[in-house]
Amino acid sequence: MKLLYFAWVRTRTGIAEETVSPPAGVNTVSALIGWLCARGPGYAAAFADLKAVRVAVNQEHAGFDVAIKPGDEIAFFPPVTGGRDDKGSAAGF
Amino acid sequence: MIKVQQQDFDLAAEIAELTRGRTDIGGVVSFTGLVRDVSDGAKVAAMTLEHYPGMTEKQLAAIERDACARWPLSASLIIHRYGRLMPGEQIMAVVTASAHRQAAFEAAEFLVDWLKTKAPFWKLESDGAAESWVEARDSDDTAAGRWEKG
Repeated sequence: MKLLYFAWVRTRTGIAEETVSPPAGVNTVSALIGWLCARGPGYAAAFADLKAVRVAVNQEHAGFDVAIKPGDEIAFFPPVTGGRDDKGSAAGF
Repeated sequence: MIKVQQQDFDLAAEIAELTRGRTDIGGVVSFTGLVRDVSDGAKVAAMTLEHYPGMTEKQLAAIERDACARWPLSASLIIHRYGRLMPGEQIMAVVTASAHRQAAFEAAEFLVDWLKTKAPFWKLESDGAAESWVEARDSDDTAAGRWEKG
């Protein structure tokens, strides 16, 4: 399966994308995250606070309990960022 | 129509293209978002927008279809840029055209609220020395929530 990482999730894993073949028992997003975290401290840091991480499976928003299979494209990223009109971000809209 | 691009755009040319040959359009509303040089009181030297190619286009096309289902639009356009942008540069634009102004105004506001909160873009701001990712804000969700069907 193809994994994609965006924004600070990417900076913590240290890579933008990779292709992995986890064991057969890794068949949900949650199980995949557990498997990834065991691979190194960068992954553990990226997934330390799951409330701050969003998931897409095959380019559709998904929950952590969603089933995954070989060939899927799974992306991890923070909530998308806006900004208030009065202060917020530099995106002025 | 959806355009996700790195390069800048000419809004007048985009509107002309969208309405060329049409005689059924009574009004065109456009909104352009710019990069501001202040974020939460701090100076911003540059902003880098990252997105998820493929998913971004799908999501923008879906919200455009949603707007067209809610309002009688004759034409519509969403442009969103990515990459490194400087203060004063254009980030995005929404254009809506309709036989009557109300649909065009409302649909444009709906699309801008959605883009602000739900489009998969992440913003990395630089003050010239350090860079930081912009966190999501509840106030934007509130703005987009106005459009949820009760």
